[in-house]
Amino acid sequence: MSKKAIVLYLHVHQPFRVKHYTIFDAGSNHEYFDTDYDDRTSNQRIIHKVAEKSYLPTNKKLLELLHRHPEFHLSLSITGTVLEQLERWSPAALKSFQELVATGRVEIVAETYHHSLAFFYSLAEFEVQVNMHREKVQQLFGVTPQVFRNTELSYNNDLASWADRAGYKGILAEGWDPVLDWRSPNYVYRPTYTNNIRLLMKNYKLSDDIAFRFGDSNWSGWPLTADKFTGWLKDTEHATNFNLFMDYETFGEHQWSESGIFEFLNHLPEEWLKNPDHTFMTVSQAIDNFEPVDQIDTPYTTTWADTERDLSAWLGNPMQSQAITALYELQHHIIKTGDYALIEDWRRLQTSDHFYYMCTKWFSDGDIHAYFSPYETPYEAFTNFMNAWHDLKFRLSEKGFEV
Amino acid sequence: MKILMLGWELPPHNSGGLGVACYQLCKALSTKGADIEFVLPYSADHGIDFMTVTAAHPQGVIEVLKSGIAYDSYKYIYNNGTEEWVDIYGQQLAFEQSVDKLVELADFDVIHAHDWLTFRAALRAKNKTNRPMILHVHSVESDRAGGGYGNPMVREIESIAMLVADKIIAVSSHTKKAIMRDYAIPADKIQVVHNSMDITSIEPLDNDNAYKYLTAMKARGYKVVVSIGRLTIQKGLPNLLRAAKIVIDHEPKTLFVIAGTGEQYVELLELAAQLGISRNVIFTGFRRGKQWRDSYAIGDLFVMPSISEPFGLTPLEAIGYGTPALISKQSGVAEVLTNCLKVNYWDIDEMANQIVSVVRNKSLRDELHANSLKEYQRLSWDDAADSLMSLYHRQAKKATV
Repeated sequence: MSKKAIVLYLHVHQPFRVKHYTIFDAGSNHEYFDTDYDDRTSNQRIIHKVAEKSYLPTNKKLLELLHRHPEFHLSLSITGTVLEQLERWSPAALKSFQELVATGRVEIVAETYHHSLAFFYSLAEFEVQVNMHREKVQQLFGVTPQVFRNTELSYNNDLASWADRAGYKGILAEGWDPVLDWRSPNYVYRPTYTNNIRLLMKNYKLSDDIAFRFGDSNWSGWPLTADKFTGWLKDTEHATNFNLFMDYETFGEHQWSESGIFEFLNHLPEEWLKNPDHTFMTVSQAIDNFEPVDQIDTPYTTTWADTERDLSAWLGNPMQSQAITALYELQHHIIKTGDYALIEDWRRLQTSDHFYYMCTKWFSDGDIHAYFSPYETPYEAFTNFMNAWHDLKFRLSEKGFEV
Repeated sequence: MKILMLGWELPPHNSGGLGVACYQLCKALSTKGADIEFVLPYSADHGIDFMTVTAAHPQGVIEVLKSGIAYDSYKYIYNNGTEEWVDIYGQQLAFEQSVDKLVELADFDVIHAHDWLTFRAALRAKNKTNRPMILHVHSVESDRAGGGYGNPMVREIESIAMLVADKIIAVSSHTKKAIMRDYAIPADKIQVVHNSMDITSIEPLDNDNAYKYLTAMKARGYKVVVSIGRLTIQKGLPNLLRAAKIVIDHEPKTLFVIAGTGEQYVELLELAAQLGISRNVIFTGFRRGKQWRDSYAIGDLFVMPSISEPFGLTPLEAIGYGTPALISKQSGVAEVLTNCLKVNYWDIDEMANQIVSVVRNKSLRDELHANSLKEYQRLSWDDAADSLMSLYHRQAKKATV
């Protein structure tokens, strides 16, 4: 019988945030993203900050753990948009990711290059972005991803079928109770209507203990130590694999260094590996080692966000749906121009974060602290985005395409 | 708890927001057990049963009209039909003398006075009775002067009264900062009690908007941007017209409606002509009743571009009548309203940028309004009344020991 495994998977992503882009810019200045270093939306400044607070110290710790514990494995997904920004503004952080992958014990997960919701709007565009991401990963890390995750861990039966046909051995999704029903997320599953692909579902309770509750002194589990956490895992009898999926920036950015998150990470492998029947696996290893216990049917789309676990944080209000619909309306003409810079700007605007910034769910309640955005209001985010969209249209008309 | 409340106006004879705010605040206070004697400079039938309204001196009035700037003068239209322009400075001195006589007869625990016109009277009352004096500042002189120095005599009254006051209520943090800046009053003497709005007092719209022309133009794809307020320097309307010029360059099917009257009327008319946008800018003059309500309702966006606005009720009224708001950050209401567009009053380009965005995108307009309406529906004077009641009790207690 195989050992019980922690499957740690971290998601690394930064969007190209749209700067304060006005009606005066539209039609005259086609730079939507780069801005003064001190601006709230400065992508360069944010990359510097996140690299310093999160990427560099976390990768240093992870590399140390990989050297110290031969059983330690993990998986990463890194979007094309963050890779590009690291190449430009933080080569040291990029190098530290490359060093992790070079150990052979850190797996890279496939996704769209632009962290987009293209799957729900244009399959052709979606496939292009998945290919772009694969090529970027091959170029920078020398590996080819075998397991797929879609933006925001969005998932449904159609996506599973697509990934199956595309040849992926596995796919990741939220372990959402209405989908799992009585079943546990701590096993490998098979999506319905597929042939070979396997499904790994996030154990959101355990994942969120680390990602969201770790620094919350009002939480009954606080303070969370590696000893206490692995104790909870040991007490869980029916399990083969604990899928701990979270944003990479949990380490040092969402949970500050002062919260003790790096200490927790430091001790997690040694505490878990004290028992010789325990190990760590990458997503592929878990799929290779464990047989699926059941089929999972997911007729509607789930994500890893909010209490609703749907796409409403990105597409739930009229501004969001107008913005994304307007963007994909340009697809046919944009692609036809063959203008790489124009196409790339259009793709960068597909990044899901732009629509998330327009979300009014929490803003309406005045709870803006729960709301991570470089803009003062969701309305400002929308205005910048739509002004950029008007400029895309302007550039199309300059090339003789009237939309 | 007996309150001697000194005020200058109450509906229906109000010239602006001050009377409405006093009325709604007192109504809320009365439900918390405040026994209010509200002293006005004129006598009229108010139909008020939740407090005692007393005329400082018998001066029947059917209408009080404020000319342009607040401290200039008032036009009183008396019961017998005669009209008189009364110099405001003499008017407040007469009020002071009357209140001086009145306090000899009345019994009360605290003095609560609204804005500078009543401050001399409040000082006199405090002097005579040694009761705590709370000053309620709805605006300071520099607000009314659009950021300028204003009238030095008015500043002197504000300065002395605030120095002597036991406590000062500011209708916003914006106003609190102005009091600290203009009169060097220490922060801990000033308490912010945000104004609010009694949304149950709002008259509903009917199905038929009075602006037939605008309704027809909207059916032809035009968008309407509305601003309602006195045409006075404080309100920052020249900046709105300059922004309008840019908006119309980008979106020619945009109309601007400016409702109100004031000393800037001719200046604004000329500016619109100079900018070449007269065809798109409609000055409606001062509107009341249905026309006033319909001015809000016809808008796709309401703009309050004020240079300095102690609170600013109009955006809330606009939201109540179905129109989302763009407001200047230099306003008290910006501190309490989250779901609106905000801009620095001097940033004409950004004002234009945001107006264009609303004009172009119905989804933005609808989402803004849907969310701001939720905020609107939570408005009440309840919190303000609670804060004031506990302040009264603290002050009354202090006075007796």
